Amino acid sequence: MGLPPFQRFLDEHGSAVHGFLVASVGQHDADDCFQETFIAALRAYPRLTHDGNLRSWVLTIAHRKTIDAHRSRQRRPVPSETVPEIPIEAPNVLDGEPALWKLVDGLPPKQQAAVRHRFVDDLAYADIGRLLQCSEAAARRSVHEGVKKLRETWA
Amino acid sequence: MKAHLLEELALRAEAEGLLDVAYADVDSPLGTLLVASTPRGVVRLGFATEDHDEVLDELASRLSPRVLEAPARLDAVRRQLDEYFEGRLKRFTTKLDWTLTGQGFRHEVLKNTAAIPYGRTSTYMEMATKAGNRKAYRAAGNALGSNPIPVIVPCHRVLATGGGLGGYGGGLDVKERLLRLEGAMD
Repeated sequence: MGLPPFQRFLDEHGSAVHGFLVASVGQHDADDCFQETFIAALRAYPRLTHDGNLRSWVLTIAHRKTIDAHRSRQRRPVPSETVPEIPIEAPNVLDGEPALWKLVDGLPPKQQAAVRHRFVDDLAYADIGRLLQCSEAAARRSVHEGVKKLRETWA
Repeated sequence: MKAHLLEELALRAEAEGLLDVAYADVDSPLGTLLVASTPRGVVRLGFATEDHDEVLDELASRLSPRVLEAPARLDAVRRQLDEYFEGRLKRFTTKLDWTLTGQGFRHEVLKNTAAIPYGRTSTYMEMATKAGNRKAYRAAGNALGSNPIPVIVPCHRVLATGGGLGGYGGGLDVKERLLRLEGAMD
């Protein structure tokens, strides 16, 4: 069985890919990433040797396109980058529950950073993703996983 | 999925030279036809009675899996088909891609068929003779029966030698209808 006509592949997986992109880069950039993803897929399509798991294949391409989108957004000037580097006093929250923040120190580095950016710096997931060089969705997952672990140990 | 996303994708695929096979549905008095075109020209016309998914599978395996619904490339041929069915067009001038017709005798028969004028008819025997083998009228019939671009390559203009209608891939009623439209049959 050869590859299905590209249109059928697009009809079957297009919505899932678009949904993934909206979750990763937001509505605004999702449409551009969608074009980039499916043009890249169309370019490579005839070279695929089997049609085993086309969905995971195209989602991998989509994921790479979200990384590109985050990088190009990073290159745009952002107001926060002009803020002079002055020492900031540690937020009060750190004093609130020292034992909890000790647990945070025990999380894997990426989750640790994500949780701090979220609850200490009060950053949006998209910004956390940018800082950690991952997608918004991945940043959200890191925070979620981190909080889950904290809940499990903080009883 | 949003229609404009798909339209934009088809246009970009065309612009980047990635649109190996473009297709579109074309409404006609014979029902919804499927028309497909490569960058070289129209390569396939599927009748409403054919399974269009199967036609697309065939195009993907025989030509290229880069098959996309892209009506823009089919604009010219769609217009010509509209005019043909309204009786206003006597000769299709759209470019054709003969890739699916095979080689040799079959190809000869179909190329000669494309030259039979509007409103005229020929016979299987005559087509076989023109293609270089008078005795191969059955083979000529088979070649016409597997015509990938019916209507535009007018295999409906080829009749049985004894004066009967002969056969037709789209059904004999369609063959009759086209011949009546062209005034080749009462």
